[in-house]
Amino acid sequence: MSALAGSAADAVGLTVLLPFLGFLVNGALAFVGPRRTRLISIVGVGSVAAAFGVAVLVFLAVLGAHPDEPYVRSFWTWMPAGDLAVRAALQVDQLSVVMLLVVTGVGALIHLFSVGYMGEDPGYARYFAYLNLFIAFMVVLVLGASFPVLFIGWEGVGLCSYLLIGFWFTDREKAAAGLKAFLVNRIGDAGFLVGMFLLFKHLGTLEFVAVAERAPRLLTPGGGPATAIALLLFLGCAGKSAQIPLYTWLPDAMAGPTPVSALIHAATMVTAGVFLVARAGVLFALAPAASAAVAAVGAVTALFAATIGLKQWDIKKVLAYSTVSQLGYMFVGVGSGAYAAGIFHLVTHSFFKALLFLGAGSVIHALHRAYHHTHRRADAQDMRNMGGLATCLPVTSRVMWVATLAIAGIPPLAGFFSKDEILAAAFGRGAESPFWYGVWLLGAAAALLTAFYMTRLMLYTFHGPNRTGTPERPHIRESPRVMTLPLVALAALTVAGGLLNLPHVGTLHHWLEPVTRAAAELVAEPRPPLGTELALMALAVLIAATGIWLARTKLRPELLVPADRSKPETGWQKLLLEKYRVDEFYDAVLVRPVVWLSRVVLWKALDAGAIDAAGVNGSAVVARSLGWLGSRLQSGQVGTYVLIFVVGALAVLGALTG
Amino acid sequence: MPLDLEHGRDLTLALLPELLLTAWAAALLLYAAWRHRDSSAQRRAGWLSLFGIAASAGAVLWLWIGGARLEGPATSVAVDAFRWAVDLIILVGAALTVLLSVHYLDREGIRVPEYHPLVLFAAVGMMLLAGGADLFVLFLGLELMSVSVYVLAGINRRNPASAEAALKYFLLGAFASAFLLYGIALTYGATGTTKLSRIGAQISALGIESHPMLAAGLALLFVGFGFKVAAVPFHMWTPDVYDGAPTPVTAFMAASVKAAAFAALVRLLLEAFAALQPGWDGVVWGLAAITMVVGNLIALAQRAVKRMLAYSSIAHAGYLLTALVSGSLAGAAAFLFYLLFYTLMTVGAFAVLIAKGRSGERDVTSDDLSGLAESHPLLALTMTVCMLSLLGFPGTAGFIGKWYILTSATGAGYAGLAVVLVLTTVVSAGYYLPIVMAMYMKPRLHEMAHADVGLPRVVRGMLVALVVALLFYGIWPNQLLTLAREGSHAFLPPHVTPVAVPFSPN
Repeated sequence: MSALAGSAADAVGLTVLLPFLGFLVNGALAFVGPRRTRLISIVGVGSVAAAFGVAVLVFLAVLGAHPDEPYVRSFWTWMPAGDLAVRAALQVDQLSVVMLLVVTGVGALIHLFSVGYMGEDPGYARYFAYLNLFIAFMVVLVLGASFPVLFIGWEGVGLCSYLLIGFWFTDREKAAAGLKAFLVNRIGDAGFLVGMFLLFKHLGTLEFVAVAERAPRLLTPGGGPATAIALLLFLGCAGKSAQIPLYTWLPDAMAGPTPVSALIHAATMVTAGVFLVARAGVLFALAPAASAAVAAVGAVTALFAATIGLKQWDIKKVLAYSTVSQLGYMFVGVGSGAYAAGIFHLVTHSFFKALLFLGAGSVIHALHRAYHHTHRRADAQDMRNMGGLATCLPVTSRVMWVATLAIAGIPPLAGFFSKDEILAAAFGRGAESPFWYGVWLLGAAAALLTAFYMTRLMLYTFHGPNRTGTPERPHIRESPRVMTLPLVALAALTVAGGLLNLPHVGTLHHWLEPVTRAAAELVAEPRPPLGTELALMALAVLIAATGIWLARTKLRPELLVPADRSKPETGWQKLLLEKYRVDEFYDAVLVRPVVWLSRVVLWKALDAGAIDAAGVNGSAVVARSLGWLGSRLQSGQVGTYVLIFVVGALAVLGALTG
Repeated sequence: MPLDLEHGRDLTLALLPELLLTAWAAALLLYAAWRHRDSSAQRRAGWLSLFGIAASAGAVLWLWIGGARLEGPATSVAVDAFRWAVDLIILVGAALTVLLSVHYLDREGIRVPEYHPLVLFAAVGMMLLAGGADLFVLFLGLELMSVSVYVLAGINRRNPASAEAALKYFLLGAFASAFLLYGIALTYGATGTTKLSRIGAQISALGIESHPMLAAGLALLFVGFGFKVAAVPFHMWTPDVYDGAPTPVTAFMAASVKAAAFAALVRLLLEAFAALQPGWDGVVWGLAAITMVVGNLIALAQRAVKRMLAYSSIAHAGYLLTALVSGSLAGAAAFLFYLLFYTLMTVGAFAVLIAKGRSGERDVTSDDLSGLAESHPLLALTMTVCMLSLLGFPGTAGFIGKWYILTSATGAGYAGLAVVLVLTTVVSAGYYLPIVMAMYMKPRLHEMAHADVGLPRVVRGMLVALVVALLFYGIWPNQLLTLAREGSHAFLPPHVTPVAVPFSPN
């Protein structure tokens, strides 16, 4: 029996239930009282804040006991099928508690921000209903005690993401973005499912505790099954966490309301893949090849997405590619066996990236209102229409600078420590094989670009002359308190977040130790000597400073012109702006052939021609004719009925006595 | 609470639910006799009858929770969880029927207050079927139920279809009762007793497992009950009667009458004839298979929703028979679970039909339901959930029920029957889903297509509760499954010690 039984950890179910109740209430209000804004806000924000309160209590309980074993709170058995019993059970351990705090805490702040951001939207109740539902599913994802339960949350957040990306579904392009996210994720989920099947075939269980116990006994390290399982699970992660080759949906997902981008597409859902690799650490430790693949994909994605981020004009697109790139870092961390470092970056990233997105939301909100005032139609997200906003939006500008320095990796802000630890871990494994030096190099290069494109974003948005338009300029005002308050809170977390896990003090590292131990026993955690690590740190600071300096000297915000008057780019700049034309490539090579195949061959020829005509309709015709024959016997004549009755009676008599 | 049924007081306690309901029904009948042909009296009698049902349900719960059990020799009445569970299912069915009927009778101008006492009397008969541990008590219950339902089916005398339904039901019912009675006689002849537990004991004590007289008796009992549960080929009356009877009565027949007859059959097979299971499993197998195939296929050919539901209820008799084939406790538990939700989804579907069928439910086709979701979202949702649950769609209680029936059959080695069940379920999608499609995906036939659709608030509340129950227990069935399993433990062998009175059949 775990030390946590009987403690506050027993109330962990509330963290799912409260947001879910919020969803029910707001869902009902969407029908019966869509304009009861006050009530909707109280329910929407209150339910998540209350869940955060419960999460803190659970955290304190875990802090007090610091148990070696996870505490599994089982509610009921959903469906026993042969050897597989899917229990509705939640798992409380150090890892899930950290995730729970992030999800409910950052979630509550973003809910609060939404009160201001979405206040005017006619779909206010529907918005909060979806957002609450998202939190409920996300909590199921991080707390689930088995792969199937995690998968329920996994699919649930995918659904909410789809609903929220297409929130303004009357806009065809936005609805299409939602659909794209949904479909691309299906590819990854198929991998996840097959991985689960294989896992069950080899281990006979899908519960995390039992998997961690059986996997080292039943799977050969580096063997085929272990590698296949790990790679298939990673395919699911690559879909959810937007890694090459499945990253294309995330930038399009920015079509949703900005707080949604902050919550789902930066701070929580997209990090689920990283969380899963850490959760299934034992499986990845048993499959070194798969782990190397994780790190390689992460490193390449980090650099690749960062280059695209260099030339985007849409402020949210820059942040979207930045998210893809940062997720790449996290995969480098968990791929090199430094699970704590990966999770650490996940946590700090959720602070500063949520802050960046909300800050961008604040800017967009201000511009949008200004354009609304003068009835001009212009892109409120295009940085060419911004500039010089630091004076009008002082709070937003300051907190975004904090976040920019953090993501660039300037000490002592949160991002510096977490990114540094990941790169140090990759470097530390360089002794095993030069492959890991390559991973490190890619990561370091991406860090340079990160510092550059983030500084570019800040310069173009907040500094230099203003390009919004003369009539609009007086109407640009700082966002209301309800929006700036979450910004300040997140900025504080961004500053202090690094303290969670200082190098060689390692609070978070030590905290997660009971969870990562099983994996660490198989593959020792990489750790370069102190001298090397200090040198790496100095180098990282140098890289970040160089990036900022380069941007500061090379970019000329005063030469920019508003979007509608700019000349189109040429050469490699055009290629970057068009995101290497990967979407077009996928469209030509995959989407169109598949659509053609399904339309012409599968649908028209096979489905409509063969299956429908011969199979479905054929058997339907046979069934219907039999049914028709049967109803002919139903003549309404009692005599006929008695005759059939007697025949039946004789048959039964014969069967029993014969 | 140990009950010794030799004592009058304990016997009264054991029969308390039935006694309460009978007294209430008799009093209500007196009231109806004085206030004849009065629609406000009809409404009042309806609301009053709910109190009787509630009192009876309270008594059942009191006995169940109080842990009533039999002490002393087995008698004519069973005191076990199976009885309580089925009693509650029956009472729920009766209450839902009354709720549907009050408004319906008003609307159709059927001013008969005695309608409601008849429902109560039928319910008493059903409860006797569920609790009878003696062939004669079973017969008594069966007749009490049947006579009441004959009248209910023909209660709308001005409607020729209703009158025809009642007459057909009566004629064929009498015919089937004769078979049943002959079966009882033969069984008595073979074993010298009519008490179910003693029959079982006598069979093994006398070693007459393969005696032809016993086999013939069992066969005739099968025929008699097969008629009541509408198993093919004893089902021919069903479509005509279900179609012609007033729709709330149809719901009552499809749900509760069937449930009670099935419960009696379960008790008969598992308590009296458990030793003969290797013999009768073939009969149940065959009846179940042919019932599923015929019910589902003919349902596919129907255009009128009411008739489709009649055939669907035949198909469901096949599913319930599948739960019986193994004669195992798991099967009995699955049976109880399915019975409850079968009652709920059947009544729910008929309730929607009643709301839609102001101008005669018999003529409502799936096309008439087109676009219902737009104007009446609650009705459409109820119908959808009921259709999906009847189909056995995951996430609904119907799925869990079907799932447990399947596992009980495959677990005992009846994989073939499970295959038939799954295949015929696929066929059933062909008539359940078009209804959902019509409601949500087709436009209304004309602007005023659903203008006359309406339902009183109390029925609306009832539908919401039904939908919630069907969905809730589709996701969280555990508590009810535990209860169902407890109910099936009534048939744990050995039940009583064999009586060693030698009786040699001639």
